[in-house]
Amino acid sequence: MEAITVHTGKAVALMRNDIDTDQIIPKQFLKNILKTGFGINAFFDWRYDKDHRPIPDFILNKPSSKGATILVTGNNFGCGSSREHAAWAIKDWGFKVIIAGGYSDIFYMNCTKNGLLPIVLPQAARDVLAQATPEETITIDLAHQKVIYQDHIYQFDINPTWKDKFLKGIDDIDLTMSHIDEIEAFEAKRQTFGAKTPA
Amino acid sequence: MAQTMFDKIWNNHVITGEPGEPQLLYVDLQLLHEVTSPQAFEGLRENNRRVRRPDRTFATMDHDVPTEDIFNVKDVIARKQMETLKANCEEFGVHLAPIGDENQGIVHAIGPQLGLTQPGKVIVCGDSHTSTHGSFGAIAFGIGTSEVEHVLATQTIWQAKPKNMGIRVHGKFQPGVYAKDLIMALIGQNGVDFGTGYAIEFFGETIENLSMEERMTICNMVIEGGAKSGIIRPDQTTFDYVRGREYAPQDMDAAIAHWQDYYTDDESAFDTIIDFDASTLAPYVSWGTNPGMAIAIDETFPEPKDINDEKAYAYEKLTPGDKPEDIDLGFAFIGSCTNGRISDLAIAAEIMKGQHIHEGMTTLVVPASRAVWNEAKQRGYDKIFTDAGCEFREPGCSTCLGMNPDRVPAGVHCASTSNRNFEGRQGAGSMTHLASPAMVATAAINGHFVDIRKTPVHA
Ligand code: SF4
Repeated sequence: MEAITVHTGKAVALMRNDIDTDQIIPKQFLKNILKTGFGINAFFDWRYDKDHRPIPDFILNKPSSKGATILVTGNNFGCGSSREHAAWAIKDWGFKVIIAGGYSDIFYMNCTKNGLLPIVLPQAARDVLAQATPEETITIDLAHQKVIYQDHIYQFDINPTWKDKFLKGIDDIDLTMSHIDEIEAFEAKRQTFGAKTPA
Repeated sequence: MAQTMFDKIWNNHVITGEPGEPQLLYVDLQLLHEVTSPQAFEGLRENNRRVRRPDRTFATMDHDVPTEDIFNVKDVIARKQMETLKANCEEFGVHLAPIGDENQGIVHAIGPQLGLTQPGKVIVCGDSHTSTHGSFGAIAFGIGTSEVEHVLATQTIWQAKPKNMGIRVHGKFQPGVYAKDLIMALIGQNGVDFGTGYAIEFFGETIENLSMEERMTICNMVIEGGAKSGIIRPDQTTFDYVRGREYAPQDMDAAIAHWQDYYTDDESAFDTIIDFDASTLAPYVSWGTNPGMAIAIDETFPEPKDINDEKAYAYEKLTPGDKPEDIDLGFAFIGSCTNGRISDLAIAAEIMKGQHIHEGMTTLVVPASRAVWNEAKQRGYDKIFTDAGCEFREPGCSTCLGMNPDRVPAGVHCASTSNRNFEGRQGAGSMTHLASPAMVATAAINGHFVDIRKTPVHA
């Protein structure tokens, strides 16, 4: 997983509350076999009209949004179905950081598992960040838990475990495999009472 | 301090981590299917990892499978998912029961049927109805795709222990009332989130008297009440069910002696307890767009209490004050991991024998697995169903979800033995009404639901 220590990038704002995972990636796109390729269909129902033509007014369709890596949004982001495809879609579009008022638990966890940094900031701060123009950048200093935009500096909270994972870019599997001796010791004493195994 | 059965199995699987924090649990069995596994294998490949314990992993195909002509997968993406699963299983050495295989079927039917599902195990699968396996006295829960990858790579999973709820059930079912009605009533009366944060243990004389397949139906649907896991103490019924199955322990005596250690010390071990009287329970039918929107057959649809209810009425085109009998059915589905096992088909066949489904109804009977399909054929159920005007299909998830060719058309009300009645679940615009196999079979004959406690089955 790619480490995030300090990230500077362009932001887009989608200031609605309760954006659910079905809006992030509708279910007709779930029958994929890869984690990639979801980006062009992210926010599908808002991005395309019924003839599948991009709606020019929608923020993600504007040429000025190209290359943005920070999504500024509302409360309760990623609610609804637990599909991990929602996190993949946002990552695949190019976002690395989300700044919301809050997240559904499952979506938050899915972000931590996919190298997508979920930050929580209050409405007032997000209202300011939402004003950033395409020419401006926002900086996230994860080590110091700060979001910096012009002369505004916003402090955010993050669980130390997730913070450490993002800073080091290690994934859950690496973390678990550091316990391999314990796992093997545990396994050695498991009883199966002579059951045949599938493999 | 008194412990629940869930606590004991949990503690027996902790590799590291402190109580109250996420702990690393050993996973005894992971089940895989074609829809939630491809990205997990992709992740392994990207990072040069292997499946640590292929011998504790079993894969089959169910969600995408066409049930009319099982080898003719017309949907390009579905075919791709199945081919990908096959290639992944070959590459990583995982045992696969593909379409056509004797052991193919809905993943939650396959675990129990092969004896892979056993008391005392921790069982996971990338599917929320994994809770089904808890009916054997196991800890079983659904996981996300990243977790599937994590379990493939490590045979472990990080989890925070849920709280324990006990549901004590007493009283005998009236004729025409089944395990499905019990779990639907619990959700209908307590809401779709009453179990959130809990593992639910079902106990009491009613539960002890249920068959293994009925117990599976109950644990299958706990997820619809918000709980991640359901669990039932293993007893003679459980042991008899497991004995002799392909992957059952050879040394059953030793296994049973061990499994008997799993019981809840006393009721003080539960964080909360619900009492349920099964003797007055009536058959249940869902009217709305989540499983909590359900009532007894002799009740009327409630007044909407919030915007969700209003939306549900608008979607289902139903009116408060009307009765389940008033729903004009066009479709019936008997199948799924909730009610697609041989005992479910037996109940439906008994009702359909010598009868004919109502004019204009489409009725699909879909065995949960190839083994159920074989057994049903052997018992002559296929003929009973087709003579009655039903379609007897190949095993798979079928019309439980609109992911394979089996769909309920838009604007059509469907009586369904499955577990979810969400908007569009059985196909865009479809209107689902959950009920037991007996209720659905009888409804198929009549074109509408009837109170099967009052109306003799063979009218
Ligand atoms: S039968 Fe339905 S609920 Fe069960 S695994 Fe298949 S799709 Fe899911």
